[in-house]
Amino acid sequence: MIEIKDIIKTYTTGDIKFDALKGVSFKIEDGEFVAIMGPSGSGKSTLMHILGALDTPTSGSYYLDGQDVSSLSEDALADIRRDHIGFVFQSFNLLPRTTVLRNVMLPLVYDQVPSEERIKRSEEALKAAGLDEAHFSHLSNQLSGGQIQRVAIARALVNNPSLILADEPTGNLDTKTGEIVLGTFQRLNEEQGKTIILITHELDVAEHADRIILIRDGEMVSDSKQHEKKIINLNSGGKA
Amino acid sequence: MHIFDILNETYSALSANKVRSGLTMLGIVIGISSVIAMLAIGQGAQSSIQSSIQSIGSNLVLVTPGVQRGPGAFVSAGRGSAKSLTIADSDAIKAQISSIKNMAPEVSGRYQVTARGQNTNTQVVGTIPDYQNVRNVQVAEGSFVSTQNVQGGSKVAVLGPTTRDDLFGVGAEAIGQTIRIKQVDFKVVGVTVAKGGSGFGSQDDMIFIPISAAQRYLSGDQYVTTISVSAQDANSTTQVQQDITSLLLDRHHIKDPNSPDFSTLNQADIASAASSITQIFTILLGSVAGISLVVGGIGIMNMMLTTVTERTREIGLRKAIGAKRRDISLQFLMEAIALTFFGGFLGVILGWLVSFVITYFGILQTQVSLFSVVLAFGVSAAIGIIFGYYPARRAAALNPIDALRYE
Repeated sequence: MIEIKDIIKTYTTGDIKFDALKGVSFKIEDGEFVAIMGPSGSGKSTLMHILGALDTPTSGSYYLDGQDVSSLSEDALADIRRDHIGFVFQSFNLLPRTTVLRNVMLPLVYDQVPSEERIKRSEEALKAAGLDEAHFSHLSNQLSGGQIQRVAIARALVNNPSLILADEPTGNLDTKTGEIVLGTFQRLNEEQGKTIILITHELDVAEHADRIILIRDGEMVSDSKQHEKKIINLNSGGKA
Repeated sequence: MHIFDILNETYSALSANKVRSGLTMLGIVIGISSVIAMLAIGQGAQSSIQSSIQSIGSNLVLVTPGVQRGPGAFVSAGRGSAKSLTIADSDAIKAQISSIKNMAPEVSGRYQVTARGQNTNTQVVGTIPDYQNVRNVQVAEGSFVSTQNVQGGSKVAVLGPTTRDDLFGVGAEAIGQTIRIKQVDFKVVGVTVAKGGSGFGSQDDMIFIPISAAQRYLSGDQYVTTISVSAQDANSTTQVQQDITSLLLDRHHIKDPNSPDFSTLNQADIASAASSITQIFTILLGSVAGISLVVGGIGIMNMMLTTVTERTREIGLRKAIGAKRRDISLQFLMEAIALTFFGGFLGVILGWLVSFVITYFGILQTQVSLFSVVLAFGVSAAIGIIFGYYPARRAAALNPIDALRYE
């Protein structure tokens, strides 16, 4: 479960202070699929960094699975990211010239998981993310955009995190491949009960989630349940 | 992160950019190999000079006549030219000075020597049998100048191997042949063992004759040109030198010890002077090589800084998925250490090869010491750590958010 209360983040450049977040509070239950939406400059990236334990708020509290993460040290935050959070980035961020399997394994390397278990868990994650087994030993730069993003999703899944944080995951993909990636998130959410937070500036993308939190000028504007979300049926969709 | 995983990362990072890793390593290879080779050359030169000093004898004190000056004149004929030492002086040294093992007076000069139409100009040394012990002269064939020869003033000669080669041809049988020095015929009775000539004049290009014959037929007077004294051990050479000086000052009735008519030379002094010279050279060569090693280290640092910049996004990603500062800095430090370690390893091999080639072609008998290998490895590992530390720290200190956004 995620609970943030009165999160304020202030950036200071010289004498100029800028409030990126001006007191945002919400709660996300386990198994929810939430989209955080807002135009650029709204503070949604700052919010995502705080939710992803990449950054700490200036004030306010952030409870992740009951633990207050808002004032942890850099190395303690690294542990939180490793154990609780899976990231999917807009620009994929796979290691170049490295096999798919090794890319997915990377979080387990930092978790000191024994090598046999690493391979087993990475293969499971890749299957869950919907990548063909034929691609497991390919180098990451030999894959298409959709395949790369599935590898990135597998990497986010492999540590069995309580939260998957996807930052504009379809931003670098065409509409069709983007839909397949969103469909993958929907399936992981429904079938495996993963908590997923999707950061986007496109309503069209946000509409695939169950709940949309709208951020503007550092403040939460609305928080609404979607009763008729867009559903992607992967089986009829074909492969990326 | 397990050490095995770090090594795995190091391997894939370095092999991803083979040319760059190789060139960077080359800097270290050149640095380490030149340190090894230069130290080997320095040590080789030192032992070569020491052995050529030792080849003229051991614990030697040489007494030579002083400067000859005409009465009231300021024209000097050069050191050793004066006729001030006699057989009586040498007998007195032998009789009165303790801690002497052996001593031998000699009358030497350069003469044109002929034999069966061949001729050469060489050093002719008139001496006594003890000369063999004082100057480490070994006889290969025949015999050395004997006591009877000295007493009877026999016209016999012992040739150095080079002189034998010059007069009779390489390796020819010389014993029983006759050579002519200053219109006097000498019969060859022996040939000495080659010492390998280098340094202070070749010990192999010499002719030994009885001292009495040299005085009678060659120099025509009663003076000697050198008295070689070997002390009992290395510690007593200085004492022997002092004793000889005071004895001869007394015998020659010289009151001012600052203007003797002879001079003494201690082999230990020559050896230590030569060794300090070669030591300076070794330090000089070593520091030039050391500079190239530092330049190699800077090359490593340069490459690592470039790598950190290039892989900023990767560092950001690694941090996002749970890498701690320590994991990142270890990874980059290990890359630098791996480069210097393998560079050092190849450098040791190359340096050893260089000194082997120098020895093989007979330029110098080089010695690669274990010390220099250990030193080179230690230095290269240290360079890896020193020059890799800063880039690794920089990588570890990157903020994951900025690193992920880096273009």
